[in-house]
Amino acid sequence: MSERHLYALQRMTALVMAPLVLVHLILIVYAVQGGLTAAEILERTQGSAGWALFYGLFVLSAAIHAPIGLRNVMREWTPLKGRPLDLTMLAFALLLIVLGLRAVVAVVGGGG
Amino acid sequence: MEAGLLDVRIWRGGDEGAFASYRVPARENQTVLDVVTEVQRCFEPSLAYRFSCRVGVCGSCAMTVNGAPRWTCRTHVKRVADDGALTIEPLRHLPLVKDLVSDVETFFDKWTQVGVFEGTATRAEPPAAVAPTSRERAAADAAIQCINCAVCYAACDVVGWDHDYLGPAALNRAWTLVNDVRVADRHGALERAMGEGGCHSCHSHGACMEHCPVGLSPTASIAGLKRTAFWSLLKGRAA
Amino acid sequence: MSGRGLGLWAALGHRLSGVALAAFLPLHFLALGLALEGADRFDSFLRFSDLPLVKLAELGLVVFLSLHLLFGLRVLAIELLPWPSADGQRLRLVYAGVAMTAVAAIAFVVSVV
Repeated sequence: MSERHLYALQRMTALVMAPLVLVHLILIVYAVQGGLTAAEILERTQGSAGWALFYGLFVLSAAIHAPIGLRNVMREWTPLKGRPLDLTMLAFALLLIVLGLRAVVAVVGGGG
Repeated sequence: MEAGLLDVRIWRGGDEGAFASYRVPARENQTVLDVVTEVQRCFEPSLAYRFSCRVGVCGSCAMTVNGAPRWTCRTHVKRVADDGALTIEPLRHLPLVKDLVSDVETFFDKWTQVGVFEGTATRAEPPAAVAPTSRERAAADAAIQCINCAVCYAACDVVGWDHDYLGPAALNRAWTLVNDVRVADRHGALERAMGEGGCHSCHSHGACMEHCPVGLSPTASIAGLKRTAFWSLLKGRAA
Repeated sequence: MSGRGLGLWAALGHRLSGVALAAFLPLHFLALGLALEGADRFDSFLRFSDLPLVKLAELGLVVFLSLHLLFGLRVLAIELLPWPSADGQRLRLVYAGVAMTAVAAIAFVVSVV
């Protein structure tokens, strides 16, 4: 994938995530009032197709967005470059997708 | 500071060199280049530095003055001296030859790497009619007056971090080619600007436009390259 | 202020908050994944997250997320919209970002206390 494609992917995921992050932030401020409980979180999310879509999209976008940004940082600030760096970032992206989707299943999926 | 004297520190030698100090008379209408010239003529005949036109056209006298890259022939001492003190070093991000002379070869190599002007018309044909008010010509005009002084290259943080980065001047040049309707292969110019070390390595810190002595904005040019690359990709064009 | 150096600070703020978020994401996902092992495990983790130091770290994340969002919008404005003029006005879109982040942080603190 060329620099141009990576750039476009990162900016497009940024455009997707901007409103998601805003909702997420508002939700955090709202949810922490009076402390967090599992029941309160799960009650909101479990079985909700809307939240499943919201967090699924969020996880996939973040999993694309973060490794591309990190790749720029590593290339400029660390000795890790070229193919080893690309493979490391690919692995990081896959890790985020697996852990992220597992988390979505955990909070949205059935009774748990 | 002693009245009427400037405290001038100048880098001597190569990478392993050191600063040497000089007392230079302060004068009315004195530029930094005047100070360097006076040091060489009166105190240090072996001091190496580069200049040519002395009027801000040729772009060969850029040095680091009190920490910032500047064209020394048009930089007045009064404007930059810190209580009568001047520290003059070679330009950053380029290999040092000696004293105040940086090797600018990589800078010009990168400049030509983005492409040189190659038109479609021949001498026999009449000059192309380009409306000065057209969007493309206005974009090219805004970026065209570069004097190749390498001040932006020395000011750029990303050039310092990533030696493969083409840098502001070369990409600013690329933007003029992309917008010049007389250029035969404008897609090719955009392709070269988008490659490894190209426009996507820029993070818009804006140091180039803050330091550009002739007031250009390579930041705006590079943003233009990114924008063109992005939207044309979405529209499904190769370049 | 002339804006000199402001672009670098904005880019560093954007970058460092991004790195912090990237480092935090796997942990965040693992913590949420605890819900798979039942609400009890999740709850015991959430009680851990009530500790003052953990609360402080969370405040940091809320600040980082807001900063990254706002500095990111700045980058999108610089790069994807045409510049009205080449004078670099846009590079100075920093004050708004910092101010709104401060608001987010205060809202978080107020809602926790």
